[in-house]
Amino acid sequence: MLAVSAVLGALAVALAWPVPVALSRAAWPTRAPAAALALWQAIALAGGLSMIGCLLAFGSAPAGSLPAAVAALAPHLFTGPLPAGFGVAQVAALTLAAAVALLLMLNLALTAVRAERERRRQHQLIDLLSDPLPGEPRTRVLAHPVPLAYCVPGIRTATVLTDGLIEALEHDELAAVIAHERTHLDQLHHLVRLAFRAWHSAIPWFPIANRAERAVITLTEMLADDGARRAVGTDALRRALERVGDAGESGAYPESSSGANPDAAMLDARLRRLGVDPSVAERRERDIRSVRAAALAASVALVMVPVVALIAILGIVP
Amino acid sequence: MASLGELERSVMEVLWTTDADLSANELRDALALRDEPGRSVATTTVLTVLSRLERKGFVTRTREVRPHRYRALLSREEHTAELMHEVLDRTTDRDAALARFVGTATAGEAATLRRLLDELARS
Repeated sequence: MLAVSAVLGALAVALAWPVPVALSRAAWPTRAPAAALALWQAIALAGGLSMIGCLLAFGSAPAGSLPAAVAALAPHLFTGPLPAGFGVAQVAALTLAAAVALLLMLNLALTAVRAERERRRQHQLIDLLSDPLPGEPRTRVLAHPVPLAYCVPGIRTATVLTDGLIEALEHDELAAVIAHERTHLDQLHHLVRLAFRAWHSAIPWFPIANRAERAVITLTEMLADDGARRAVGTDALRRALERVGDAGESGAYPESSSGANPDAAMLDARLRRLGVDPSVAERRERDIRSVRAAALAASVALVMVPVVALIAILGIVP
Repeated sequence: MASLGELERSVMEVLWTTDADLSANELRDALALRDEPGRSVATTTVLTVLSRLERKGFVTRTREVRPHRYRALLSREEHTAELMHEVLDRTTDRDAALARFVGTATAGEAATLRRLLDELARS
């Protein structure tokens, strides 16, 4: 049991710091965004499970399994003395494991409720203020001069474009924007964004959580860009991004507190991958296949380790 | 028969273009004038729509007099500003709730938005 605890602890530390830092600095995710997104999810899930599993394995080591430890501790927890083999460290580890699990789940629920409330308000406002765009289902036009496009995901979805955007873009550029938003909605990007938002808000002081959320948002934007390229073509999407994004212009609303603008950097990264020469892109596409396969295999393996360990901790496997 | 959603829109359009507070009966008459003849709605339906709009924070009513009189809480432009603000605001959990085509707000976007908000505050 202590060996299991040590392995999970080492895995949790690796997934909390060096692995995500390396992944966020790697170049290949912009060329294989789907595999990178899977790997980010595996890192977050395996990291959380490993941390909780490490504490559970350590705390229940004297009894051999978690159910046995709970059965041994429960009658004596408030009256004392603790049964043989159990000390304050074991009880603290089990309590901490429960607290971490509870914190993560409560945060996920809270973030989901808040997002749902915001979406409901969005739908109320959209219903009253916007008009349907003819020929495009679930796409609405809002009378406002600021060029803006966004989507409201969920069970009921909406893509919203402003007058200002329609005026600023050519027909094919507008089609690229709509295809981009539709890819977000079809691929349910809001679910993975929600999970990473919740993780970030559970541990806001942890820099990796912020980095992971930025990476996940960037990857979902790139996947949506790829959807738009398939539908309308790279050229129209690039022109739309340049026009709407005013590339290179720093965001001025509201002033960001830190010097660097992460949104501008994201737009830059999105534009850069669209500018790659088609023949170069084709050669890279062959190179990236093995990277993609490795990333997917690593994702599965990462999640399997703590899951198998947790099964052992629960005493299901003798 | 128009759906409740369409009726909500129609009721709000009437309230947004009327200065006076209106009763449910007056609203029913105004709706009948707007729409083609033969599509008139019952006062009870108007009351249902009004209570839905009140719950959503679009309509407020005066309770001192009978029948109650209704008016729009905010103008159409103010609600549009509210919507734009929610989409552009970076302090909320927007990234979890919505997805913008381009995350960054550009300088032109910010200037236009600020000008519109100023105009709204002055009027």
